[in-house]
Amino acid sequence: MRYQTDRQRVEGLGSAKDGTVEWWKQRVAAVALLPLVLLFIFPLLRAIGSDFDEVRAIYEHPVNAIIAILFFITIMSHLRQGLQEVIVDYVHGKAAMTTALLVNTMFTTLIGVTGVFSVAKIAFGG
Amino acid sequence: MVEFTLPKNSRMKAGKIWPKPEGKDVRAVKIYRFDPDSGENPRVDTYFIDVKDCGPMVLDALIKIKTEIDPTLSFRRSCREGICGSCAMNIDGINTLACLYGIDEMKGDIKIYPLPHMPVVKDLIPDLTHFYAQHASIMPWLETKTNRPAKEWRQSITDRKKLDGLYECVMCACCSTSCPSYWWNGDRYLGPAALLHAYRWIIDSRDEATGERLDNLEDPFKLYRCHTIMNCTRSCPKGLNPAKAIAEVKKLMIARKV
Repeated sequence: MRYQTDRQRVEGLGSAKDGTVEWWKQRVAAVALLPLVLLFIFPLLRAIGSDFDEVRAIYEHPVNAIIAILFFITIMSHLRQGLQEVIVDYVHGKAAMTTALLVNTMFTTLIGVTGVFSVAKIAFGG
Repeated sequence: MVEFTLPKNSRMKAGKIWPKPEGKDVRAVKIYRFDPDSGENPRVDTYFIDVKDCGPMVLDALIKIKTEIDPTLSFRRSCREGICGSCAMNIDGINTLACLYGIDEMKGDIKIYPLPHMPVVKDLIPDLTHFYAQHASIMPWLETKTNRPAKEWRQSITDRKKLDGLYECVMCACCSTSCPSYWWNGDRYLGPAALLHAYRWIIDSRDEATGERLDNLEDPFKLYRCHTIMNCTRSCPKGLNPAKAIAEVKKLMIARKV
C-alpha cells in the first residue's frame, strides 16, 4: 500500500527528455535500408552457387564490399532498435527486461561485427 | 502489462439468461457483469429486448434493460448525445459511445463490455482515475508569461482553425483504452487522449509554454510508446485523429532538433 496521489503516480520520475534521436535514427535507417537491401541482394544472388574464387572476386570489388559493410552496420543497428522497442513494450520486470536488452545488444552487435569482418577479410584479401 | 496468466477476477463465468419476451424483433443483449462486493468472477448476462419497442441507440437498450428488467445493471451515462463522454464502452468489439452507436449498426447479438484493460469498478464502469491524472499532467490550460491583456488573448482565424479536430475531444477514453501500447504500458505511456490534448495546447498560437510542453513529453515512455497502431483513430466516436496529433508532436520534436 502506497499513499501516492494519482498525479504523483503519473509524474513518476518525470520526463527523460530523450527518445527523439533514437526514434529519428530508426526512421533514417529504415529509409537507408531500402536501397541498401536491394544493392546487397544483387551481388549476393550472383554469389549463390558460384565457386570460392568467383565469390571472392565479387566481394573484393570495393563497391560490393562497401555496400555489404554498410548493409551489416545499418541493418543490425536497426534490428537492435526494433527489438529493443518490442522488449520495452512487452517484457516487464526489471531483471527480465535488463537481461533481454543485454542479450539483444550483444546478439545484434556480434552478428553485425561478424558480417563486417567477413566482408573486410575477403576485400583485403585474407 | 503483458501477462501469460490472467490476473484475479479475469476469467469469465456463464451468466444469467433472462426470460425472452414475445415480440417481432427480439434481440439478445449480452452484457459483462462484475460486482466486486460479491467476491465472484465476472459473468456475461443475456437479456432479451424487443428493439421495435426501444430507442435506436445502444444506450437506449441499456436504459430499457435497467428500467424494465434488471435495476442492478450499472453504467455511466449523462447527456445521451455524444458530448459528455460518459457512456464509453466496448460495443460489438469496438470502443465507442453507447449513445452514438445505433443498434441497427450490428448484426446478431448485441455484446457490451466495459472499456478494455481498465480496472472495473462495477459492470460497465471502468476506473479512469489514472487516465484523468494523465490528462491533468499535460497542463490542459492556456499557459502564458506575458502580462494579461486588457481584453482577451487574440487569435487569428487561421490559428483558431488549427484547433479544429482537437478541441472536440470529450475525454471518453475510447482511444486510449483501444491502444495496445496503452494496455501494456499505460502506467507510463500517456496514451492518445492525453497526447491529443497536449498537442491541442502546443499548437495554440496564444500559449507561451510550447517548449516546456515539448520538454515534458519528450520521453521514451510518455510519447514514444506510440507505434502508430491507429486503433485510437479507428475507435474515436467523435471522428477525431489522435494518431495524427501524436505524429505532429513527434514532428515538432524533430523540428526543434534539426
